[in-house]
Amino acid sequence: MLRFLNRLFSRDRDKGGSKNVAMERLKLVLVHDRVNACPQLLEALKEDLIRVIREYIEIDETALDITFDSMENTVALVANIPVLKIKKGLV
Amino acid sequence: MKGKVIVITSGKGGVGKTTTTANLGTALTMLGRRVVMVDTDIGLRNLDVVMGLENRIVFDIVDVVTGGTKLKQALIKDKRFEGLYLLPAAQTKEKTAVSPHQMKTLCNELKKEFDFVLVDCPAGIEQGFKNAISGADEAIVVAVPEVSSVRDADGIVGLLEAAGLNKNQLIINRIRPRMVKRGDMMDIEDMIDILSVDLLGVVPEDEIVIVSTNKGEPAVMDTSSRAGDAYRRIARRLNGEEVSMLPLNHSEGLMNKFRRMFKMASR
Repeated sequence: MLRFLNRLFSRDRDKGGSKNVAMERLKLVLVHDRVNACPQLLEALKEDLIRVIREYIEIDETALDITFDSMENTVALVANIPVLKIKKGLV
Repeated sequence: MKGKVIVITSGKGGVGKTTTTANLGTALTMLGRRVVMVDTDIGLRNLDVVMGLENRIVFDIVDVVTGGTKLKQALIKDKRFEGLYLLPAAQTKEKTAVSPHQMKTLCNELKKEFDFVLVDCPAGIEQGFKNAISGADEAIVVAVPEVSSVRDADGIVGLLEAAGLNKNQLIINRIRPRMVKRGDMMDIEDMIDILSVDLLGVVPEDEIVIVSTNKGEPAVMDTSSRAGDAYRRIARRLNGEEVSMLPLNHSEGLMNKFRRMFKMASR
């Protein structure tokens, strides 16, 4: 009886079945897999970012760090970019 | 005559590469094409038993590429189907007994004689995989609707593309419509969406596949088999026809059910 109730409730909670969990987990893991399979991607992204930011801000390019981070249900692109100086008279 | 070399691969083991190779090979010969199936899983060959040809092996792929044996001598002719041949893998040698270059030469040789060269790839991404894909013109990636298989399939597609193979088509194997319906299994759209490759076909889970493997008779020989039907459709697509997908609603007709029960009982 208890087991039955348990099943009834757990069913209700994660409506849509276990497929959605599988999909979410897969999408997350594939982001990391694909980045690892292609390290050039991060390098290219880094170079482009530096190029754009440099037009507005003086940054410490050697200390710039970009990674993918898994949050709860999403993947975030996390960039740590030390600022040296904001350029004057741009706006 | 210039045929096509298609490698059947998956990354993960046990998802149905060999079964797919055997069934597509058989179904293509049923359509009148000349087909050779090449088992590249050196050390763990299985295509021979799935095809029921294990007692006919004299020479194998290593004997051929190392030059001792003529290709024609090593090819096993399947007497049940006109135009179907098997080149078995070696069972006692190392994976490194064949090089990618040798494999390429072999495939080019076979292409001259056959419409389709189906290369059954070993699991994994090591030497055996590199050998298997080295002579291929295109690839069929087999995946089942489970996270581990889809993940590996994604990796394999990446490796195929990196190796310059750009025509990679997906076969979704062992789908269970009932589980899909209640939301406990990824469906076709989900998998295509994640993998972003073209879909070649969908094969439903079917006990007949195990029965047919037990007997060494590919499921396509059984006209009442749903998996066999799916494989026959895929073969026709490979043959250039436009064929609709097998409808996956599992409510098979009552008559069919009876017929199948009767068949099972009479086995």
